[in-house]
Amino acid sequence: MSDRRYPDAAAGDFPAPPTEFTDREDRTVEIRPYDGNETAYESLVAMYDAFDPADRAQGIPPGGEERIREWLDAILAGDCHNVIAWCGDEVAGHATLVPDGDAYELAIFVHQEYQRAGIGTHLIRGLLGHGQAEGVEKVWLTVERWNRAAVSLYKKIGFETSDAESFELEMGLRLNEGDGDGEDNESGRGDESGQGDESGEDET
Amino acid sequence: MKVLCGIGGSDDSLRALDRTVDRAAVADDDLTVAVVENEDSSVAPEDVMQRARDAIDDAGIDADVRRVEGDPGSRLIEIAEREAFEEIVLGGGHTSPMGKITIGPIAEFVLLNAKTSVTLVR
Repeated sequence: MSDRRYPDAAAGDFPAPPTEFTDREDRTVEIRPYDGNETAYESLVAMYDAFDPADRAQGIPPGGEERIREWLDAILAGDCHNVIAWCGDEVAGHATLVPDGDAYELAIFVHQEYQRAGIGTHLIRGLLGHGQAEGVEKVWLTVERWNRAAVSLYKKIGFETSDAESFELEMGLRLNEGDGDGEDNESGRGDESGQGDESGEDET
Repeated sequence: MKVLCGIGGSDDSLRALDRTVDRAAVADDDLTVAVVENEDSSVAPEDVMQRARDAIDDAGIDADVRRVEGDPGSRLIEIAEREAFEEIVLGGGHTSPMGKITIGPIAEFVLLNAKTSVTLVR
């Protein structure tokens, strides 16, 4: 787990939430860090409870409210970083960084009713902006290799493949310079990226 | 049923061991535990063998525990074919901090190449 590889250079700056935008369906969506309040928590539970099982990836989100709450309790803990995409008082998507040694594991979920509207791209950029502000240095993720839309989104963001040997592709991103290597950015540039919203599950 | 349980010492493989031993006690399976070299496991093979013997003793069943050298996936399949095992049981995969399950190269190889049914224990 500790021999993951990351790009030498840190990615460019990502926008730190809160941010607001209009999605491709003309809905106003706001990206905000999760602040731990109970209403937000229950709204998250509601989103995952209504999450299409076809959009699960590698066993998450789990099915059933009880397991959803258990899982959320683990990934919303104090040492994790979470951002939520809000459409009014409804959760459209959620992205999280969970600590793993000196790095963080990333996952992002967009509810099926909000997919393919550009929300995933804003959400992941918002999460990375939040992580950058919190001093996160390295981020990794796994993605099912057939999920091309998600893979191309991650690449566009600046993730590089670090392990292509198994069922799932493993990718890494450097968010902040930690230990004196790397130069300036290399990715992360232009925002926008229209598509980006593939399938719902994990990855945008 | 003649069951071959392959373990390398990872957490999920030990869970598979315990479940398979419990099942064998109930179903009267003819169980063999093969301790393979898993480079992702930090537990020494000798300790894994002892762990397997303890589980078997605790369950009060009779089962063979053997050390298997070489490439784990291909060796398990070779043994299963040569000795006419009916099922191969393996750990159900590593769980990341996020809760994502990843299936390792041994399970992947066995799943794709075995002629028997393969059970991954969750």
